[in-house]
Amino acid sequence: MKAVVTVELKEGVLDPQGQAIQQLLAQRGYSGIDEVRVGKRIEFSLATLDGSRAETMLSEIADKLLANPVIERFHIDLK
Amino acid sequence: MREVFHKETDLHNCTGVLLPGGFSYGDYLRAGALAKMSPIMPAIKRFAEQGGPVMGICNGFQILCETGLLPGALMLNKNLRFISRSVGMRVENSDTVFTKHLWQGQIVRMPIAHAEGNYTADPETIRQLEERQQVVFRYVDPVRHDAPNGNPNGSTNAIAGIVNASGNVLGLMPHPDRAAENIIGSADGFPIFLAFAEAAQSATRVEHSF
Repeated sequence: MKAVVTVELKEGVLDPQGQAIQQLLAQRGYSGIDEVRVGKRIEFSLATLDGSRAETMLSEIADKLLANPVIERFHIDLK
Repeated sequence: MREVFHKETDLHNCTGVLLPGGFSYGDYLRAGALAKMSPIMPAIKRFAEQGGPVMGICNGFQILCETGLLPGALMLNKNLRFISRSVGMRVENSDTVFTKHLWQGQIVRMPIAHAEGNYTADPETIRQLEERQQVVFRYVDPVRHDAPNGNPNGSTNAIAGIVNASGNVLGLMPHPDRAAENIIGSADGFPIFLAFAEAAQSATRVEHSF
């Protein structure tokens, strides 16, 4: 089974990468983009078929390693 | 002095721990994030929690934040660039085991070399750090000592270095190790190492008195 963990900056945390993209897009004439925020997508191929086990393990991994709770949050999608 | 490899699991009776700079695990994921899972980290955590002196420089500071031994996080520099240059810092608290040989308000110069040094924490944590004088070093312009102008990376309140609440763990982005002799342009980092060595020595004495 496949799983995707998405890590994104918490609301209110300044995202200099997102700002740079947003400013560049505005300069290039793409109007109406109020904000851009950059996150990470981490894909897992798992041996298990047990969704709840996978979710438990991945949320532990995301909490301990993939996301820094001071500035980031995460969500898990199982496929 | 001895080096302890990150794959070891004990500190061999070390009485002070220095986490140096560099790019552990290529800074993949986040700077310091993978290093915090190293086999040696539980021993360092225990050592710090028992009051042993721990100093983290640059990547070492990032690792200390990632492990939770220091509050906050170091994000991508505001200008998105790797910055390698000399900066000025003001000593905001000379009453710590690491800064006792510097004086309050002293302006010191040392180099920075990082892409992720933008210190961030939630407003309540920042307020507490300021109130409890845990902000030990603040970036300033070395000529005109006004803080915003000297802030190279966008750190909240121009924070360059902090200690934990009990004062035995220091983290800073600038490199005192690259400013410890006049021949390399600045000896301002030397007093920090002297103080750290003294703290480690007195930790030995305490241990022996049990």
